[in-house]
Amino acid sequence: MRDDKPPGSDITPESLYLRRRELLKNAGLFLGTAAGVAGGLLLLTGRRLGSSKSDVPDAGAVAQPVVKAAGEFDTLEPRTPYEDVTTYNNFYELGLDKADPARLAHLLKPRPWTVTLDGEVHEPRTVDIDQLLSWFPPEERVYRMRCVEGWSMVIPWMGFPLAALLAKVKPTSHARYVSFTTLMDPEQLPGQKRAVLDWPYTEGLRLDEALHPLTFMAMGLYGRQLPAQNGAPLRLVVPWKYGFKGGKSIVRISLTRTQPFTTWNLAAPEEYGFYANVNPAVPHPRWSQATERRIGDLGRRPTLPFNGYAEQVAHLYAGMDLRKNY
Amino acid sequence: MASAPHPWLNPAVTVGGLVPLVSLAVQGPLGGLGSNAIEAALNYTGLSALVLLVASLACTPLRFVTGWTWPARVRRTLGLLAFTYASAHALTYVVLDQGLSGSALLESLGERPFIFVGFAALMAMVPLAVTSTNAWVRRLGFPRWQRLHRLAYVAGVLGVVHFAWRVKKDLTEPMLYGAVLAVLFALRVGEAMRKRRARAAAAARNPA
Repeated sequence: MRDDKPPGSDITPESLYLRRRELLKNAGLFLGTAAGVAGGLLLLTGRRLGSSKSDVPDAGAVAQPVVKAAGEFDTLEPRTPYEDVTTYNNFYELGLDKADPARLAHLLKPRPWTVTLDGEVHEPRTVDIDQLLSWFPPEERVYRMRCVEGWSMVIPWMGFPLAALLAKVKPTSHARYVSFTTLMDPEQLPGQKRAVLDWPYTEGLRLDEALHPLTFMAMGLYGRQLPAQNGAPLRLVVPWKYGFKGGKSIVRISLTRTQPFTTWNLAAPEEYGFYANVNPAVPHPRWSQATERRIGDLGRRPTLPFNGYAEQVAHLYAGMDLRKNY
Repeated sequence: MASAPHPWLNPAVTVGGLVPLVSLAVQGPLGGLGSNAIEAALNYTGLSALVLLVASLACTPLRFVTGWTWPARVRRTLGLLAFTYASAHALTYVVLDQGLSGSALLESLGERPFIFVGFAALMAMVPLAVTSTNAWVRRLGFPRWQRLHRLAYVAGVLGVVHFAWRVKKDLTEPMLYGAVLAVLFALRVGEAMRKRRARAAAAARNPA
């Protein structure tokens, strides 16, 4: 049976009806405002929440790493996961935030690529990257990496010693330093559109440092091709120095008579020295260097002189004041 | 006390302001903060504190410019949220980053001016948080309370300096917050001068 009129008990008194409307309106305003405040805060600050590990680009496997017992230079410490090594990067050419390089990595095209070897050498040349890589059998080196910002990783690099490459071009007797230059191309490296640093990025080593057997040219990590955010297709790795010494995406290696300019040293000489040897006794103005956080750890651990490679490299600096030559 | 015309306003700002902090506290242990969760938490809480502090400082100038009254009603809530984030930031540094190591903390404060400036900014906010209640406004008397609460600007400037010192090279973002603070301060100075002129004009019209 139908009745068009609702029973009187279902009729909401007008006062209650108005109060309910007001309550609903206030609830809506409450939710809207709360969402607006939370959203606004996250919008202004949220990108500092760190990288997403879900979109790790796979650079593609290269020839399987040479399976071998730990070599004389390898650390046995646990390796930092691939996801962390490839999503937590300082590569200002691909963005200032540590998550930026992985996000923008697709812009950098590591092929075709040439590397120029010149300066004080008997046989200067410009070679295709694949030809250059074919000269050397890939080797794996498990190195500690210590960033000047106070964090560290353990990374299994693939590559070859820089000394082998320098032998190919035969340094002259005048060669005393080696300078490394990163690709200059704001289309591939959009960070270069802003003059945050004096582009292109350059780094340098003394010749004896460059020839040291620990000094390594990496073209891969974890048995895969080097991802762009880690400096594809070729980067420098000097494990006893702060990470910024390791120039990425290198297009030129020049031997010089005089100490080359280096980018961070030019930008802030009182903070970033030419040597940049890991040294717990010499603090950076903003970061104590006495301790470090290994990525993945909660606590901090003491930093070792020369990043734990003192036995191999301390003699290179005999007689030098490492507080002055930081 | 007259009932507030927007009863939802302060609860909403409180809840909205705390949601990101709660989400941070949940995401951190679950590994949602990236490879260096402590660094991410430090950056996030520090910047949030600065944003909220600047927002609280914007309330009064916003009232001058627009004539709206609601900004003044959320000023205290925003200030207390800023203090909450600044405290979370300091606690993250002291407990998680430095592992409660007294010697490391003393060294940080003594040898790293940027840490000291951040600490000073937090200390400047403590008396403001303590005296944020109506009872304290009455106890101090409004003019004295108001003078004390100008410390919020000191905290803001110290916060911007702390931020600028922290970034490695690109100063754009800290400069942006510095510029906003400067504009807000200029608006207040302008308002104070307008009031003084108005008083002087009134005095000239009605000589005693």
